[in-house]
Amino acid sequence: MASYLLRRILATIPVMLLVAIFIFLLLRLTPGDPAAIIAGDYANDAQIAEIREKLGLDEPLFTQFFYWLGNIFQGDFGESFFYKKQVGELIASRIEPTLSLSLMTIVLTVMIAVPLGTLAAYRQGSWTDRIIMGFSVLGFSLPVFVIGYALIWLFSLELGWLPVQGYQRISDGVGGWFIRLLLPSLALAVVFVAFIARMTRTSVLEVLGEDYIRTARAKGQTERKVLMRHALRNAAVPIVTVIGLSFAILIGGVVVTESVFTLPGLGLLTVEAVLARDYPTIQAVILLFSLVYVVINLLIDLSYTVLDPRIRY
Amino acid sequence: MFKSARRSLLKGAVAAVVMGVGLAGAATPSSAETVLKAVPHSGLKILDPIWTTAYITRNHGYMIYDTLFALDESGNIQPQMVDTYSTSEDGLTVTMTLREGMTWHDGAPVTAEDCVASIKRWGSKDAMGQKMMSFVDTLEATDGKTITFKLNSPTGLVTLALAKPSSNVPFMMPARIAATPASEQVSEFIGSGPFVFNKDEWEPGSKVVYEKFDEYVPRDEPPSSLAGGKVVKVDRVEWLPIRDQQQAVNALKAGEIDYIEAIPHDLLPLIEGDDNIHLANFNPAGNQFTFRFNVLHPPFDNAKMRQALLYAFNQEDFLQAQIGNPDFYEECKALFGCGMPFETTAHMEGLLETNFDKARELVKESGYDGTPIVLMHSTDLAVLTNLAPVAKELMESIGLNVDMQSMDWQTLVARRAKKDKPEDGGWHAFITSWTAGDLFNPVAMAFLNSSCDQALFGWPCDEKIEGLRDAFARATTKEEQLKIVEEVQGAWREYPTHIHLGQWYASAAMRKNVNGVLPTGAAVFWNISKD
Repeated sequence: MASYLLRRILATIPVMLLVAIFIFLLLRLTPGDPAAIIAGDYANDAQIAEIREKLGLDEPLFTQFFYWLGNIFQGDFGESFFYKKQVGELIASRIEPTLSLSLMTIVLTVMIAVPLGTLAAYRQGSWTDRIIMGFSVLGFSLPVFVIGYALIWLFSLELGWLPVQGYQRISDGVGGWFIRLLLPSLALAVVFVAFIARMTRTSVLEVLGEDYIRTARAKGQTERKVLMRHALRNAAVPIVTVIGLSFAILIGGVVVTESVFTLPGLGLLTVEAVLARDYPTIQAVILLFSLVYVVINLLIDLSYTVLDPRIRY
Repeated sequence: MFKSARRSLLKGAVAAVVMGVGLAGAATPSSAETVLKAVPHSGLKILDPIWTTAYITRNHGYMIYDTLFALDESGNIQPQMVDTYSTSEDGLTVTMTLREGMTWHDGAPVTAEDCVASIKRWGSKDAMGQKMMSFVDTLEATDGKTITFKLNSPTGLVTLALAKPSSNVPFMMPARIAATPASEQVSEFIGSGPFVFNKDEWEPGSKVVYEKFDEYVPRDEPPSSLAGGKVVKVDRVEWLPIRDQQQAVNALKAGEIDYIEAIPHDLLPLIEGDDNIHLANFNPAGNQFTFRFNVLHPPFDNAKMRQALLYAFNQEDFLQAQIGNPDFYEECKALFGCGMPFETTAHMEGLLETNFDKARELVKESGYDGTPIVLMHSTDLAVLTNLAPVAKELMESIGLNVDMQSMDWQTLVARRAKKDKPEDGGWHAFITSWTAGDLFNPVAMAFLNSSCDQALFGWPCDEKIEGLRDAFARATTKEEQLKIVEEVQGAWREYPTHIHLGQWYASAAMRKNVNGVLPTGAAVFWNISKD
């Protein structure tokens, strides 16, 4: 197990290096000049050149890359071109909203999707199954921002129950934090509920056909116990995989939701950084997202040993 | 037992949420405070208004800094931080005395030395400041409250430049901060303006907090545009940018925010008929759409080709396509803006009236050979999106071959700085928008600068225009200046540097209990009350 863990951790190094090279080159090949953007509309050539020099953008590409890489190895992601803050500091201040949104979304998703999927499997072919699967198709088909606007119209503008936008830090009050996250989490959860409910249904259906389920029923177990203890538990590996990957997708994919609901998280930071061509910030955020993917994949693999004792590394 | 445990859990959760709501309340500013929550036109990222010309940073400057002079509603120069000022009979010495009782946000008194350092920093960066400084032999603090300019030649530019209303505005800072080279950003944000910047609560790009500066002593005169008394009527202003404009309107309707700096014209119907919301125009002089030529490359290196567009274009087509509602635009032939101090239509007859015959004649005279004209089209700034297609249509109507290339604004910004040939990644033309405060005279209008390599992108090069700009700087009376402005328009007609495509207006939207928005040209927050 320990050697497996070590191997997996070592394997992340080339992955991260490739991501670093890719994102660095991609940004430099994208049209746009941060110096011209910073300088503003009135700046003349000399002023833009001066800023470019200050930012080190006049150096050859290789020099810029190795300078950046060298600093990363020392834990320094550089200073944001625009905010004049250390990128690490900037990211740290934006993690909480994104993490909160992702966590609440995934909790809502699991709370809704797994029971629905299990129910659909248990009532396969019934109206309940059809309604749940119909909802699943709808959830896949609707873009998040459309769901977001619809929820805002209903719960904020018509009923006045929930705020339209904004974020409150958890340290400023759990209630305000929860209430402000509810609508964005719901909007974002719809697509994941659709996905995971369908996945759960398929997995549980597969397991329900197994001999040990028949045995459990023959032994006189209640249907609830058969479902919860035997079926769902044995169907858990693919479900947990999908939930884990969904969480990874959420962390890096909340851009639209954060923009619509004005949550000052990593998604919004990414959009602002891309529009402003703030290279150090974009590079660090993408590296972080990649790292999150790698770590979550590792955790998913490790969770298999808990869920299925037959799996050993 | 399980049921009972579940019930307890549920009760606990509800209690936690209720307690949390209570805690949330505790985190907000005290209820006695008046907090104005405003949605600015963009997030504040750069805090040094001398380092960048971005409007959001200029507006931040107006919050925390003050200026020596300011323009009033009639466009006249009025003292602001200055108490009295005079010019010697020979016009070579300008003396200014500061008002009593002014302090910086850190409690130190405002001195002439601070102002001298601030003027020098601004004068090394800003184009109008540089022009002004070219007349200055020495600039000194002759005592704690007196600033003395010794000039090499008489000019009316000193007070006019120091009253410059838009970027870069000559804001005053403490000497130790103003000692920062203009090529670097300041790292301390202390001014003597009506609001104090709360650095601890600043979340770059998402939240800016300003608190009323209790020690600020406003002038006694009533407010008039950027001049007069800056009386603060709220305790705290929060800038909370909302990227999605539809959401900003929703938040305003729901009462979560109090003020939107600029509401897009297409969203106005959403608030029409809402009794809780009203509109105000803080920029009555408006903004001007502008078509910019690159004179480095054929065919626009030929003045006749540029003149052809003066005849081919008309402002109504552009304004109708982009703004749509005539309540929010007006045709304005005056190069330096309608409703501005140097408004005149001299030398404008026959222009901007879509005279295709005359335009075609000029194209023919220019010897245009069908070279594709690269017109850059910005697609992500809603306020510019519809303009380039109109230009393309009108240009094609006179036989020009237009290659309209769509791109995001930041790509355009990077590309317009390139002098390369259009076929090698350069450009021929693009359209942008300026606030009228940036265009109000021949020295301030950056696109008129025709000093070749020293000029802004497009790089026009014309001795006559430069001579007239210089003469304007030397003029000491308004009459003299107006006469020169008329001559400038004549010279511009011969050598067009850009074309103004019409004046347009944006409205701020606010809750009914928010009042007192001043017609300043920039979004400022003094005089605004929240009942």
